[in-house]
Amino acid sequence: MIRKTRPHITQNEPLLFEISSPGKKGYQLPELDVPAVNPSDALGAANVRDQIEGFPEVSEVEAIRHFTRLSTWNYAIDLGLYPLGSCTMKYNPRVNELVARLDGLAWAHPYQPEELSQGAMEIMARLEAALEEITGMDAVTLQPAAGAHGELTGILLIRAALEAGGNPRKKILVPDSAHGTNPATVAMAGYAVENIRSNDRGMVDLETLERAAGEDVAALMVTNPNTLGVFEAHIVQAAAILHAKGAMLYMDGANMNALMGIARPGDFGVDVMHLNLHKTFSTPHGGGGPGAGPVAVKKHLEPFLPTPRLKRADNRWTFDYDRPRSLGRVRAFHGNFGVLVRALAYILACGGEGLKAATMDAVLNATYLRKLLEPHFDLPKSAPSMHEVVFGDDRQAKLGARNVDIAKRLIDYGFHPYTVSFPMIVHGAMMIEPTETESKRELDLFADAMISIAREIERDPKQVTSAPHLTRTSRVDEVTAARKPVVRWRPGAAPAD
Amino acid sequence: MRYLPKSESERREMLDTCGAASLEDLFSHLPPEVRLGRPLNLEAGKSEYEVVDYFRARAAENANGYASFLGAGVYSHYRPVLCDVVVSRGEFLTSYTPYQPEISQGTLTTIFEFQTMLAQLTGMEVANASMYDGSTAVPEAAMMAARITGRPRILASRALHPEYRQVLETYAKYQGLPVAEFGYRTQTGALDLADLEARLDGHTAAVIIQSPNFFGVIEELKQAAELAHQRGALLVFIFSEAVSLGLLRPPVEADIVAGEMQSFAIPPSFGGPFAGVIATKEKYIRQIPGRLAGESKDSRGNRAYCLTLATREQHIRREKATSNICTNQALVALMATVFMTVYGKQGLRELAEQNLAKAHYLAGRLPLKFSGPFFNEFVVKAGARPPEAVNRALLEKKIIGGLPLGRFYPELEDCVLVCATEMSRREQMDLVAEAFAG
Repeated sequence: MIRKTRPHITQNEPLLFEISSPGKKGYQLPELDVPAVNPSDALGAANVRDQIEGFPEVSEVEAIRHFTRLSTWNYAIDLGLYPLGSCTMKYNPRVNELVARLDGLAWAHPYQPEELSQGAMEIMARLEAALEEITGMDAVTLQPAAGAHGELTGILLIRAALEAGGNPRKKILVPDSAHGTNPATVAMAGYAVENIRSNDRGMVDLETLERAAGEDVAALMVTNPNTLGVFEAHIVQAAAILHAKGAMLYMDGANMNALMGIARPGDFGVDVMHLNLHKTFSTPHGGGGPGAGPVAVKKHLEPFLPTPRLKRADNRWTFDYDRPRSLGRVRAFHGNFGVLVRALAYILACGGEGLKAATMDAVLNATYLRKLLEPHFDLPKSAPSMHEVVFGDDRQAKLGARNVDIAKRLIDYGFHPYTVSFPMIVHGAMMIEPTETESKRELDLFADAMISIAREIERDPKQVTSAPHLTRTSRVDEVTAARKPVVRWRPGAAPAD
Repeated sequence: MRYLPKSESERREMLDTCGAASLEDLFSHLPPEVRLGRPLNLEAGKSEYEVVDYFRARAAENANGYASFLGAGVYSHYRPVLCDVVVSRGEFLTSYTPYQPEISQGTLTTIFEFQTMLAQLTGMEVANASMYDGSTAVPEAAMMAARITGRPRILASRALHPEYRQVLETYAKYQGLPVAEFGYRTQTGALDLADLEARLDGHTAAVIIQSPNFFGVIEELKQAAELAHQRGALLVFIFSEAVSLGLLRPPVEADIVAGEMQSFAIPPSFGGPFAGVIATKEKYIRQIPGRLAGESKDSRGNRAYCLTLATREQHIRREKATSNICTNQALVALMATVFMTVYGKQGLRELAEQNLAKAHYLAGRLPLKFSGPFFNEFVVKAGARPPEAVNRALLEKKIIGGLPLGRFYPELEDCVLVCATEMSRREQMDLVAEAFAG
């Protein structure tokens, strides 16, 4: 039985280009207080464009209705549980939005004088210090714009340090359970990827690592807890193996939500890691960004961090550009400052105890769902769960419904699906991360939905394989979209229904 | 903790279900040597009121109530109210990357509109769903050109934003993609075509130029593109001031256009978050990095959108992907989409014309370094006083002057990059002119 939803009416809405009509306006500019300039005279006629063919012309009322109507076609955390594994879709506190929009912060220009930027620099310094304490690392750069960007920065740091020692080495080891960004990052940093198999508990196997960690290995890139939601029990030994061979340990901090106040990467042998502020530290995902991907390092990597670095001198903050060993810049200006503000607001609101409480509830929620669902779905890896749990679809697949079908049917029950078919080491993976910001009631409703779907599959798998039934958009033909890509509107294209 | 929606009795009940005696019990399987045996050394959690108060105090330590003539890649344009209204809707703000199209049509449709408007604006055939920012879009475009041409060298203009060049340098160093630079003409401030021609060879994958360039000067794209194409290289066109596209001829001769959308309602915010974009010709679509939304139909035959051509991307291709990019800047791109909608076809033109008028009013009162045509930014010779002294004098009048160029171009240490937009008022511009006059 579907307890969380009931159908309601949504509005149709054409594309902007289809509601446009010539001469409509949603703006008014103030009158010019200087003489107008003829563009052709000032720029040369050849440099001036004709009107922008096809650009929209709509009124303010139509504009707001357009975007509001479209917004109602989205699912969102504000509507309920969003259990995407490894994405940490937690509540985004609204006070963070308010403080990021304060004039003195939102309108700060990155090149305004340092004496008029002390507030912004203090925020950055305080966030760096907080992240150092949370991770147990020695220094943090806030420049990377996203998790994958942080990964690239981190691997380049390893490369810069090894190069300074005379040999950058050739390979990075990546477990088969890794996020796709890991191998892609390694390639961008000019290294070869060597995949290493995880053992039957889903962990890095020390003997395999020992064999793989040759003279040409620069680092092991590991996610901890890994993508099965399992803490790498032998992480300290793994670090020791790598360090003995002159290699480093990189940690993908995507799953840091499982560790705050419990364990610190800096204390278990990690040399460099990135954090995803849009996961662990509550900044909104915004339909796919913006994020921020600070990188934390141990002392020996600090000289190589991107320029500039914040420095305290004469009782004020300054940017230090004189960093001869730095790997350079990975982004213009000072990173995604607006995201940094939101993350610090979250850390201040939680405090040390609140962060630990968040982690503990995140693990409680995942463990609770695991207990409720274990009788109904296969659990291929049995190690204790941290912040997420991965089921396999074998039992349901035998009856004719796959993980992707169960995901689509969940939508009818009022939930965003889990992460589908990842990690790849679990056949038919269903990766569930509830986060700490879900109530018991919401978790119970989700478990009921999953169990109810499992029963539907036993009775009538078609009901599940043809889902979703209750959404305004049914399953989308993604194959045709990729085969004949239409990625923009053109005049004369078929209008909306 | 107010963000945790559980009572103690609910926690108790859940722990019972889990067979755990306490929350600590849930972590008992961790090896003791990794456990942090003390509380985190952070202050106690603050009330909402205290959090707001902390940031108000920090905001007050920054510039407040100053008029600014800084540009250099970050521009002060008016932000229509609708932009924040739309991005504050929880359905846009708190959703994830639209992997499940059935419940993400809102985000997907706005991305499709963004891609369309960027193609219209740049004169390219296709545009992606956004990049981190303009600076990181540059190396992504360079790597894309290297993949397309199979060639190993990049030529970049010295009048490309210096920080964009630094980012390009960092990315390229480890890709086996050496970057060389070509100069600008000291008279006009535009790229030096003779120098470009001399440095181009059969190994050049891409020629990268920015227009208006870092000095605000409009480049001779046609001639640069001809030179590049003669040697089989691609022309990569960079823009950092998107409002200029409302008035300037679109870069149709370019093969790849990469740029920064900050001018379109994205607050300066000390440098980010912004949104970049890459646009190109249809034939290169499978080489484009980042997300793309495509049109399709659902099983009932209704028009529907989904992310497409994912086989380019890291989660499918892993180490063979076009880029490691995963997160893009969807919400920031949405701000820009709303901005483009509010101004529309006529408004963007009118806005660009106001920028042109303001900048030419101010420039007319100042000694210019370069003679090339400019949009809303230009280089001024400081004259009797050094640039820093001019700026100090302006600060006393609550005006932040332009950017002294010595830090990026030692040969221009007596020069300042000045920007005027529709937000610049005549009386303030007169004060700037006075300050330079000494």
